Amino acid sequence: MVYPQAFNFERFDMHRILAKQQLSEDVFMMRVEAPHIAAERLPGQFVILQLDNDFGERIPLTIADADPSEGSITMIFQTVGKTTHNLADKCVGDTIESLLGPLGEPTHIEKFGTVVCVGGGIGVAPLHPIAKGMKAAGNKLIIIVGARTRNLVILEEQMRSLADEFIVCTDDGSYGRKALVTEPLKEVCARSPKPDLTVAIGPPVMMKFCAEATRPFGVSTVVSLNTIMVDGTGMCGGCRVTVGGKTKFVCVDGPEFDGHQVDFDNMMKRLKSYRKQEDQAHHQCHLESQIKTLKQEPA
Amino acid sequence: MSHDTPESLAAAARRELDAIMQRTTPMTPKERLAISAQVMPAQDPVVRRHNVQEVALGYTPEQARLESMRCLQCKNAPCIKGCPVGIDIPGFLKAAAEGDFQVACDVIKQNSLLPAVCGRVCPQETQCQENCTVGKALKSIDKAVSIGRVERYVADLERESGTAKVPVVKPETGKKVAVIGTGPASITVAADVRREGHQVVMFEAFHKPGGVLVYGIPEFRLPKAIVQKEIDGLKAMGVEVNVNFVIGRTRKLKALLEKDGFDAVFIGTGAGLPKFMNIEGENLVGVFSANEYLTRANLMKAYDADRADTPIFRAGRVAVLGGGNVAMDAARTALRLGADEVHIVYRRTEVEMPARVEEVAHAREEGVQFHLLENAVRLIGDENGCVKAMECVRYELGEPDASGRRRPVEIKGSEFLREMDTVIVAIGNDSNPLIPRTTDGLKTTKWGNVIVDECGKTSLDRVYAGGDIVLGAATVILAMGEGRRAAASINRQLNAER
Repeated sequence: MVYPQAFNFERFDMHRILAKQQLSEDVFMMRVEAPHIAAERLPGQFVILQLDNDFGERIPLTIADADPSEGSITMIFQTVGKTTHNLADKCVGDTIESLLGPLGEPTHIEKFGTVVCVGGGIGVAPLHPIAKGMKAAGNKLIIIVGARTRNLVILEEQMRSLADEFIVCTDDGSYGRKALVTEPLKEVCARSPKPDLTVAIGPPVMMKFCAEATRPFGVSTVVSLNTIMVDGTGMCGGCRVTVGGKTKFVCVDGPEFDGHQVDFDNMMKRLKSYRKQEDQAHHQCHLESQIKTLKQEPA
Repeated sequence: MSHDTPESLAAAARRELDAIMQRTTPMTPKERLAISAQVMPAQDPVVRRHNVQEVALGYTPEQARLESMRCLQCKNAPCIKGCPVGIDIPGFLKAAAEGDFQVACDVIKQNSLLPAVCGRVCPQETQCQENCTVGKALKSIDKAVSIGRVERYVADLERESGTAKVPVVKPETGKKVAVIGTGPASITVAADVRREGHQVVMFEAFHKPGGVLVYGIPEFRLPKAIVQKEIDGLKAMGVEVNVNFVIGRTRKLKALLEKDGFDAVFIGTGAGLPKFMNIEGENLVGVFSANEYLTRANLMKAYDADRADTPIFRAGRVAVLGGGNVAMDAARTALRLGADEVHIVYRRTEVEMPARVEEVAHAREEGVQFHLLENAVRLIGDENGCVKAMECVRYELGEPDASGRRRPVEIKGSEFLREMDTVIVAIGNDSNPLIPRTTDGLKTTKWGNVIVDECGKTSLDRVYAGGDIVLGAATVILAMGEGRRAAASINRQLNAER
């Protein structure tokens, strides 16, 4: 590890929003000042964000890109709960109170040969730096990007430019192939020679079926898990998953694991632990934003 | 259960003290032994189980003086031998008995940095008070002088009256020390090193400093304002505190020494990796580590459901596995968050429980149910993957083990079910792997605890460690003692280099 310069402690805790872009109805991209995270982060890592240090919750978000020279990281997130809604309401120039990272073990990147990168929905965001790293390591890249419908496909150009072969599919056929990502994934695995590695990131159910798709072909499959977390440093164990029959912590042992060993069913149930309370908060958010809109409309 | 109101305790103490003040001759030891042991005023259990305010309310001045008068001022002071940081206990009790509370506080502060905290959370009955002659003479450890309560009283008085002085800092030496973590060990190191005139920068992974004192120990046992005051005190001395900064990830430990100009590093990251039992079903929904449950409730303020964004599981029937302070904290927190029933399940007996006696008593008074000589062997889920019951087995006590506690032995065929919708695992912590994994050459034990020499120095040059990352899960006072030792070594090293 080379440290080009001494750490600038003056600047590290200022997280100004430098750019914001709405990618689809509920998906946003934000470039945020975080020089210390930008300098240290590697593909596969994530951050924990908090908007209010007194009563805010801490949520894990993936890092889609980083620019160490500008001292910024790019996050792509979907508005699924109160914090992501409030984050989406912030504007360029606003600040984020707490940003901790980079967290998690970085992706193991080396020249494997042919690597299939499968991204579903917003999972394309964390996949992007991994694909970039895999490409730079000299791998041949087959990239499969999937989404429910056309306008939910994100980072298409960035991913296409990295790919030796690029496949896009939508559930409803509104763009690319009408298929789930597992379909082209199986076809690619059936080729001879078969790919050397698959990296699949997306909704848990997608990762589960990607792992099932590659299993019969014996293609190693890395998945990146996004579970419930509080501290993100190993302290709470809320993020734990069962991998190969053993309990692992996503925050310090992961977030990447062997997809063939992960107990996805248990993980999906654990993700719903606070569903009732989250739904209430989410509902409240929508009500509040509707009230705000009503107020803004002239009488 | 009878509950003495604070008013009745105060009135009784006033009468007793007045009578003593009428005397013209010094008290004999026998007369001192006859003074009533002062009961700690507390919130009514029926009321407090629904609020998060502090349970123990603290002595009145009269109670503090009376309790201090019970001290026999033994020449050999066995109590001091029981104190991990060697506080001059008879010395401070003598001053407190005379009503010189500030003097008493100053005496404590010669050895301990956090008397308001330690007065509340130290396991006095296994430390200073265990050796107390008064307790021995009265044939009950409960009758020992309540050293911790007097300590708390004088520290609270100083804090509340604003008479605490910012410690004198020697002229700047130009040396710089990084302190990783902001818990008790780190607070001690920061203060001791800063006093010598070295610059101190602290690093905290959470968004608030204080470590286990803020994320773990609940408000009802240790008000967070007290911890904040200690941190403010450090800042007033010129200590810099960086939050949201996790060494090993945000910056590697070695970069601090090699690039950022630090002359020494202290690792005080605590025991931050909760243990689970490795039993079937422990990853079911509704099963939590006590760390997670307490962090949500305390640091993230989930008890304030109207304002906090962090959700906490709505528990009905709760089992807490374990018998330490953390288990008691989790059980009592669950009650306060509205659980219908809370059950502590512990595989030894109450005698072996590592929790402070007072916490066990408070938990009982609040309605926590204890199931001793019993342990969970399997957790059973429903069709949604939520825990619905646990299978337990009964134990009996066998021969003493290495820790001197009698080893619990499973009774074959004693399996039975307890229905629960929430299980909180409070069986301790392993050491956090983040720093050892990201710091080449830092030697650890097979359990991941950082190995230090008798000066608190690790296998790496200029790197020291102390507290739970070295000891495994221990106590605030032991962490402080470790911090003291490491700070002295750091100061020695830096002063030699000047």
